[in-house]
Amino acid sequence: MSAPAPPLLAAEGVTRRLPEGVTLVSDVTLAVGRGEFVAVTGPSGSGKSSLLYLLGLLDRPSEGRILLEGRDTAGLDGEALAALRLARIGFVFQFHFLLPEFSALDNVLVPMRRLGRLPLVEARRRALALLEALGMREAAGKLPEQLSGGMRQRAAIARALANDPALLLADEPTGNLDTRNAAAVFDIFAGLAAEGRTVIVVTHDLALAGRARRRVHLVDGRVVSDGPP
Amino acid sequence: MKLLLDLARGMLARRRRQTLVSVAGVALGVAFFIAIAALMRGFQGYFISQIIDVAPHITVKDELRAPPRQAAELAHPGGAVTVSGVKPRDRVRGIRAAGDKLAMLEAMPGVAAAPLLTGQALLRYGARDVSATLLGIEPARQARVSNIGKDMIEGRLEDLRATANGVILGAGLAQRLGVRVGDTVSAVSPAGTVLPMRVTGLFRTGLTALDNAQGYTLLKVNQVLQNRPNVVNQIHIRLRDVTRAEPLARQIEARFGDRTESWEEQNANFLTVFVIQNAVMYSVTGAILLVAAFGIYNIVSTVVFEKTRDIAILKSLGFTERDIQLLFLAQGLAVGLLGAALGCALGALMIEGLAQIRFGVETPAGQDRFMLVRDWRIYAAASLFAVAAAGIAAVIPARRAARLDPVQVVRGAA
Ligand SMILES: Nc1ncnc2c1ncn2[C@@H]1O[C@H](COP(=O)(O)OP(=O)(O)OP(=O)(O)O)[C@@H](O)[C@H]1O
Ligand SMILES: [Mg+2]
Repeated sequence: MSAPAPPLLAAEGVTRRLPEGVTLVSDVTLAVGRGEFVAVTGPSGSGKSSLLYLLGLLDRPSEGRILLEGRDTAGLDGEALAALRLARIGFVFQFHFLLPEFSALDNVLVPMRRLGRLPLVEARRRALALLEALGMREAAGKLPEQLSGGMRQRAAIARALANDPALLLADEPTGNLDTRNAAAVFDIFAGLAAEGRTVIVVTHDLALAGRARRRVHLVDGRVVSDGPP
Repeated sequence: MKLLLDLARGMLARRRRQTLVSVAGVALGVAFFIAIAALMRGFQGYFISQIIDVAPHITVKDELRAPPRQAAELAHPGGAVTVSGVKPRDRVRGIRAAGDKLAMLEAMPGVAAAPLLTGQALLRYGARDVSATLLGIEPARQARVSNIGKDMIEGRLEDLRATANGVILGAGLAQRLGVRVGDTVSAVSPAGTVLPMRVTGLFRTGLTALDNAQGYTLLKVNQVLQNRPNVVNQIHIRLRDVTRAEPLARQIEARFGDRTESWEEQNANFLTVFVIQNAVMYSVTGAILLVAAFGIYNIVSTVVFEKTRDIAILKSLGFTERDIQLLFLAQGLAVGLLGAALGCALGALMIEGLAQIRFGVETPAGQDRFMLVRDWRIYAAASLFAVAAAGIAAVIPARRAARLDPVQVVRGAA
């Protein structure tokens, strides 16, 4: 008798409360399978970002637990969580957070070099391929300040994908982009999900959210609806 | 690790001018430390070697460290009444059984010993009287325990044997008396004996105190002059290894009972001055390095403050607290290392510069330039100190960086 494969990511009764008593996320239970493309929506201040930080193991729940690939992360120390983030999770934020002293290519190389799974030559090849797939072939050697907003966000996405993570999390990745660039970035996410990667995107843009196959709607830190958009 | 260094370099490159100022601060501290240490150690080493050269390594004296217990005290040990005002029993001064003790000392490996009778005498030549310390010696043995043979500028030590009542005078002493080799002075001892003595030679040690007030004569002659037949009141010892002086002196004193002083004890005042000198020097250079350390603390703090976003993203990418701490520690250490390297080069230049200086006047010791020590250990110590200071200075901001909560930063930057 074989147990069913666990979901890639599961939140069980997750609550996040600040020491001051503010509740950011309240009793969220959620399971996300491999290859799912999920949009998280909700009004401003509803706890979307807070939930994403919890799911990305950047923050710890006050109650409940988060399982990544069936493994409970509650007992893990900071180092173990960092190792999981490095190898299994990619983050994209509204702000690009590229290191300003390094070229787009070198920024993509940072997590790869930290992980050290690939020899440097192969890592460079992979980083270039990622940038090229995102239409950044020409701009690979440029510093962030020489790139347009859309380009920066693409470089950040390439960096999030550097170590081939199972889970890609994005918090308003199109928030600083114009409509055309936003649509292009969303195309990228849709494509990644189609390739079998699990993608969770926070957005308040309902048109974009409509392109996901599943939509989780938050109000006041609670999930009020979860299903097709 | 290479990655962390690359990241560190990138972060420092953004603050090039501030980094250079910090590096220069460390370099100055290191350079001053090296130059001053070379100067001080050179001077002190020269001074000590002068002392060691002219003085015996160990002197056995006809004294006891504690006054001998008097008969009245011995008769009532631990008595309820303290006896005071007891007049000490007279005893013939001098080292007892000096011959046996000399033989025992000579039997020790690496030890040479010579007997002396020292005493005051008034030297009179024409109308001039000069008081001097006369050392009665056995020339052959004395030559083995002191450099007096080397310090002779006229005549030889052995000439004492060939001349009846010969005396060798310090150059300054001869000058004060106005005598030359071949002249005869008259010596008057505290015992009242008057002896005509013929100057057979002159010496100059470089230490004015000795050259102006000391003379050598035969042990036998001084015993007659001082009216202390067969008495020896000092034994001078020279060692092959000077550093053994203090422990050996304690050993000899324990065995013979006679007060035994090593050169270190006899020059404790100078050595104390050196300790103070060194303390002053190390505090001054330490203060420079402290200022440099504050510079490093400042720059690493600034970078940490400016780089909160980068720190947050590195953490969210999967860098551990340790990685972040190392990243900023590396920046402090880089400034420290760079400063140390530059400081070593600068220090070497300063030493060579000092070496070029001539005073224009000869000091009595015959030196017209700085004595400088060129020892790699000074460079090593200075560099180590600088890098350690840099590391300590960087640790505090580095820890703050490591503990930074990425969630707060990411939230705020959106
Ligand atoms: N450190 C904090 N102290 C107090 N309140 C906080 C703190 N962090 C977040 N909050 C509050 O918690 C709530 C949830 O914040 P969160 O950023 O998760 O919402 P969000 O859905 O991402 O909002 P937005 O759409 O504006 O990005 C907000 O009301 C926010 O003001
Ligand atoms: Mg948000």
